[in-house]
Amino acid sequence: MSDLGRLLSDTVTRLFNDLVTKELIESAEKGVWPDKLWRALEEGGLTLPLVSESSGGAGGVWADAHTVVRAAGKHAAPLPLAETIVAGWLLGQAGLDVPLGPLTIAPGHRDERLRLERAGSGWRLHGTAARVPWGAAVGHVVVVAEGEGATPTAGGGTMVALVARGAAAVTADRNLALEPRDTLAFDGAPAEAAAPARLAADAVALYGAMVRSAQMAGALESLLEQSVRYATERKQFGRPIGNFQAIQHNLALLAGHVAAAGIAAEQAFVAADRGEPRLPVAAAKVRAGEAAGLGAGIAHQVHGAIGFTYEHSLHFATRRLWSWRAEFGSESQWAQALGRTVAARGAERLWPDLTAR
Amino acid sequence: MSVFHFELRDLPPEAEAFRDEVRAFLRETMGTRAPVRRARSWGGFDPEFSKRLGARGWIGLTWPKRYGGQERSFLERYVLLEELLAAGAPAGAHWVAERQSGPLLLRFGTEAQRERFLPAIVRGESYFAIGMSEPDSGSDLASIRTRAMRKDGGYVVNGTKVWTSNAHRSQHAIALFRTAVVPDKKHEGLSQFLVDLRSPGVTIRPIIDLAGSHHFNEVVFQDVFVPEDMRVGGEGDGWKQVTTELAFERSGPERYLSSIALILALIDHVGADPDPRAAEVVGRLATQLMTLRQMSLSVAGMLQAGQNPNLEAAVVKDVGTTFEQSVPEVVHALMDLEPTIDSGSDLQQTLGYLVQRAPSFSLRGGTREVLRGIIARGLGLR
Ligand SMILES: Cc1cc2nc3c(=O)[nH]c(=O)nc-3n(C[C@H](O)[C@H](O)[C@H](O)COP(=O)(O)OP(=O)(O)OC[C@H]3O[C@@H](n4cnc5c(N)ncnc54)[C@H](O)[C@@H]3O)c2cc1C
Repeated sequence: MSDLGRLLSDTVTRLFNDLVTKELIESAEKGVWPDKLWRALEEGGLTLPLVSESSGGAGGVWADAHTVVRAAGKHAAPLPLAETIVAGWLLGQAGLDVPLGPLTIAPGHRDERLRLERAGSGWRLHGTAARVPWGAAVGHVVVVAEGEGATPTAGGGTMVALVARGAAAVTADRNLALEPRDTLAFDGAPAEAAAPARLAADAVALYGAMVRSAQMAGALESLLEQSVRYATERKQFGRPIGNFQAIQHNLALLAGHVAAAGIAAEQAFVAADRGEPRLPVAAAKVRAGEAAGLGAGIAHQVHGAIGFTYEHSLHFATRRLWSWRAEFGSESQWAQALGRTVAARGAERLWPDLTAR
Repeated sequence: MSVFHFELRDLPPEAEAFRDEVRAFLRETMGTRAPVRRARSWGGFDPEFSKRLGARGWIGLTWPKRYGGQERSFLERYVLLEELLAAGAPAGAHWVAERQSGPLLLRFGTEAQRERFLPAIVRGESYFAIGMSEPDSGSDLASIRTRAMRKDGGYVVNGTKVWTSNAHRSQHAIALFRTAVVPDKKHEGLSQFLVDLRSPGVTIRPIIDLAGSHHFNEVVFQDVFVPEDMRVGGEGDGWKQVTTELAFERSGPERYLSSIALILALIDHVGADPDPRAAEVVGRLATQLMTLRQMSLSVAGMLQAGQNPNLEAAVVKDVGTTFEQSVPEVVHALMDLEPTIDSGSDLQQTLGYLVQRAPSFSLRGGTREVLRGIIARGLGLR
């Protein structure tokens, strides 16, 4: 880990330990925006780790941002930190300035397409993006869209645009963790800024999947820590339940999944810095998703009935895992994409590709 | 979680340059070997192949030069091992000697033992068996009963070892014997010995595995004399040493790559444009390979940094062997295909081989249950 990565990790962990309390998450679940937490993150330079220092960011790389995103997942921080980080990076790819305040990204599904049409000297955005994280709570939405008549770059006519939240018609919804997932209809919404970028048309789904895999790795760490602690505290038959071999083996199994999901996610971020994240992101999303299902099951089993209550905080992690594994593309979708690439390249390329740097 | 350190590793440029060299060598030596033969991997015992590797200086790569080694890094060794395994090279003859017997002698052996045994291992001429398990002592290894009793300048050994892989085609074994009976303290009184498998009183009987192959054995010791200078380490230090040896045994990439030949045959079989179900299966398999490789590499990085990766190695072996075992299952679930021995496609034969091999993956080198116990201890639960 770089010095910056370590610094960000320490800062964000301290801040989350202090501010992301059970009460805060519960109030966020009732729709209250955690303003104090957001401002502390922004002041701490944690919302824009990838933006250059001259533009008000931390000037880091994805490998640094990874620690922040993972911590956000581990602590179930109820705000669009991961989305803001991706949004800031997307704007940077198009050479656009990053506004202050929380940001979100759209469209999150690889088959959704938005269109930018010229309007005088500016651009207007058309199309609908479903289940946009915190779509109604942010200041701006950063979209990746097809630009009308835009000069085809390596990414085709792909553009990045910044649109004020108020410019979209909002249909509110939420995920299992009661995080806002709003449908935004852009019926000719004016872009505050727009520019072409060398990005794949599904860049939001790709980088969204990447940050979700790190958030899941963080949430899985939380499951393991909570479960191990509970197993040493809870006594039945006159001894801690962690003394029972069945419990020990399930927690060992959980530990393996946590480790696997963690390294898969980290690998994806490192690959993003090298500019070739697609296959590692697919692998990270698949691996973290598999771990999510299994891990949540084990954690709940170990916790017994108390873990099934709203009173206990285990569900802050498990409900997120159940939703996140499906967001920005499910495991099956990413596995198919990865499998099609592997098959098309053929068996004899598998090992060389796997070991390529 | 603070107890586990899986750090992403980059391989240094010299390791990557070495990879190209190894690949060129394997292209030349392996030719067009059928997938089912590649599936044998380090189960394949081929002294000629081992000698060719030895001639290249690729056995004992990390060992000191004075014993014939190259003093290269653990990461270069890692690259060599993963390339051998990915190609399904028949590296089984020297595998144990290189992986654990040699390193054990380097750690605990005498200078005379190192000088005598290591150069022949390095040349690919000297093969070792592991004499740990006994009929009544499997997972509970510390309960072994084979006795080594002191007698003029050495020990006299009586007892029986089982599942001793390759004892019938190795010159030596490193064996764990009981040198003292300490009531209620089974971990004490154990010592390790270098045993010449052609010594008078050693009887090696084949044990045929479920698929009809002979690779492991029963080894009976009847008044076998082992000279004092063939003891490895101090008398009574056997338990501490054997756990170190098991850590060498568990830490390598062979603990997740055993089914790679089947994965490759499957990819060939489904073709360049698979249906969505097959694509998903291939994608999930590739995911596990990518992830496990990073975990395994991370353990190699810890070895290189002089850290103790016992816990992480147990995690990789547990996750890795579970994956290896799942591959035949996944193939079965995907397609209507009968596993075969003599007939059928490459995929069918490779499936036939690995279906019958897979149960051993989570037994050899410590069972899944034993590993999970180690991991649970690492988590603070025991
Ligand atoms: C292919 C192969 C090659 C081998 N090669 C060698 C070799 O070269 N040299 C050598 O010394 N040995 C070798 N072995 C033996 C191997 O180390 C043993 O199989 C292993 O240690 C388990 O011992 P066991 O088979 O006696 O099973 P047991 O220990 O009897 O176990 C049977 C089952 O009970 C479970 N069990 C046992 N104790 C516990 C417990 N406390 N809690 C929960 N579950 C438990 C085990 O996990 C297992 O599922 C080899 C084995 C195989 C399969």
